[in-house]
Amino acid sequence: MSIGSSALKKAPTPSDVVRKQLAGRRVDTGGLIFQALLLMALLTSLLFLLVLIYDVVAEGISVFTERGGTFLTGKLSVVTASIAGVGQAILGSLYIALFVVVFAFPIGIGAAVYLEEYAKDTKFNRFININIRNLAGVPAIVYGILGLTIFVKLMEMGPVLLAGGLTLAVLVLPIVILTSAEALRAVPQSIREAGYGVGATKWEVIRSHVLPSAAPGILTGTILSMSRAIGETAPLLLVGAVTGFLVTTGGILDQIMGRYTTLPTAIYSWARTPSDEFRALTSAAIIVLLAMTLTANAVAILLRNRYERKW
Amino acid sequence: MADSSTMRNSDAPIDLELLKGNPARLRKERTVSRIFQLAAVLSIVISIAIIGSLFFEALGFLRIRFSLDDISALWSPTGWFPRRGAFDIKTIVAGTMVVSVIAMIVAAPLGLGAAMYLSEYANRRVRRFLKPILEILAGIPSVVLGFFALTWISPEIVQFIWSGATRFNMMAAGIAVGILITPLVASVAEDALRSVPHSLREASYGMGARKRTTTLKIVLPAAVSGIVAALILGVSRAIGETMIVAIVSGATAGSAFTLDPTGTGQTMTAAMTSLAIGSDQVRGQEGTFESLYFVGLLLFFMTLALNVASERFVRRVRQRY
Repeated sequence: MSIGSSALKKAPTPSDVVRKQLAGRRVDTGGLIFQALLLMALLTSLLFLLVLIYDVVAEGISVFTERGGTFLTGKLSVVTASIAGVGQAILGSLYIALFVVVFAFPIGIGAAVYLEEYAKDTKFNRFININIRNLAGVPAIVYGILGLTIFVKLMEMGPVLLAGGLTLAVLVLPIVILTSAEALRAVPQSIREAGYGVGATKWEVIRSHVLPSAAPGILTGTILSMSRAIGETAPLLLVGAVTGFLVTTGGILDQIMGRYTTLPTAIYSWARTPSDEFRALTSAAIIVLLAMTLTANAVAILLRNRYERKW
Repeated sequence: MADSSTMRNSDAPIDLELLKGNPARLRKERTVSRIFQLAAVLSIVISIAIIGSLFFEALGFLRIRFSLDDISALWSPTGWFPRRGAFDIKTIVAGTMVVSVIAMIVAAPLGLGAAMYLSEYANRRVRRFLKPILEILAGIPSVVLGFFALTWISPEIVQFIWSGATRFNMMAAGIAVGILITPLVASVAEDALRSVPHSLREASYGMGARKRTTTLKIVLPAAVSGIVAALILGVSRAIGETMIVAIVSGATAGSAFTLDPTGTGQTMTAAMTSLAIGSDQVRGQEGTFESLYFVGLLLFFMTLALNVASERFVRRVRQRY
């Protein structure tokens, strides 16, 4: 230490020496560099996100300016880029979302209510819990195998929209259960006890107190899983989305029992066509897909931030 | 019951009948709980269906291969060319490993760095602003990242650094998969870091340690189980990721054994998609399409093992604090 020598030179008062020792080195350079590195990890992710969005918009926007609405309503084609559109693909993706809403949401929320509110801590119920967490980690393409074997072959549906929709409903079911269960767990016990205190039965308490209190959290989770289903591609490749295009004639039943396509599968089949015209089309279709999924995600995040309650 | 209670004389003693409650209400109660239980048990049915469909057809594949020639077809020196009857499992497992390792080289520093910043450095306002970046990134469909990998990462990064790289290559696939799993790694790791009790940090500051020292020497070791869980989960997701590799890793018809990331390659998931979409071209050899199930089974057990391991590590954090 140089205290001795500096004291000889400038002769500071003892209190100065003590203060200097206590203050430590003013600028912690290493610490600042470390903090900057950590921030850079986040900013790198942001950079990739920005480049991706810029790249896609720069390439795809021309399709919208030149063709306008005809791209959004046109039929799919992998041959002539000038008339190819995503009308059927958008409709197919909306159908998929509908299947998720109709099948995965009620079953998922029901299962979550059972696990959080009814289930006693038995071996069997613990097994169900572990099983659901493992299901959530199964790769998407394996769900495609499930859909192919059970829905397409065993139930003899063939590669139709119904099979694809059910496959994706099964795929997001564990996510719906886990997020809903988390939302239910956040509802404080006192709310339930208040309900029981005035003589309500379990179901009455759940219906009119627990579920309404957990609604924002459940809604956030379900919207996120719907957005996941809209963007999912791999399982649909196995249940036949690429080769068949959506039937646009006939009623809803004809469409559900017919061949189909969705936005992500259309993007995949266009991305594999080497010509430059299709590259612009792919980017334009990606803009439409991102508009759908990112809007859903933004709504979910805003909802959570808005209604997030600290009990 | 409602009738009798209104008619009941307030002086009458409370009898057993009165305490039993309304039978209609109780019946409804039981029905509702049964319905919910059914919904929960459905998840077990799904698991059985997954394992059943995988096993049934995978055994069919093995039976076909065994009767045609012998098990050596699963270890063929030619590589993975299902249409020509060459089913070399090590080729596609090696492809998966190459992509996953690159993905983790990208995702581990980005994800852990982001997690440490968000948990230890960012104040509430900054966090509210920066956290959605990861959430938006997590919401990008993998097919979009696959296209981005092909049109931007491959020419602008991979071919820029390695001039000999082909347009379709495993490096671009690995980088894109890394970006895809970064939000997952970051969010699991952040949860682990935030669950470290504040008293540990305060004790460290009390000893005169700086923020960096506290983060690296106290918080990080305390959360190490959760960090490991985040990384394992990342690997599991990388192994199962399909669309990015299907678009950008090339070699859709099959691949010889390769570990060169700058060239084309075939991963397990990409092999499955090319078997699935080319259903008319795949006819080639007997058992070709069934190999899809065999690869699926392998993939299922690999990811299951990783997920279970990750779950163990997460539980260890929860138990400690």
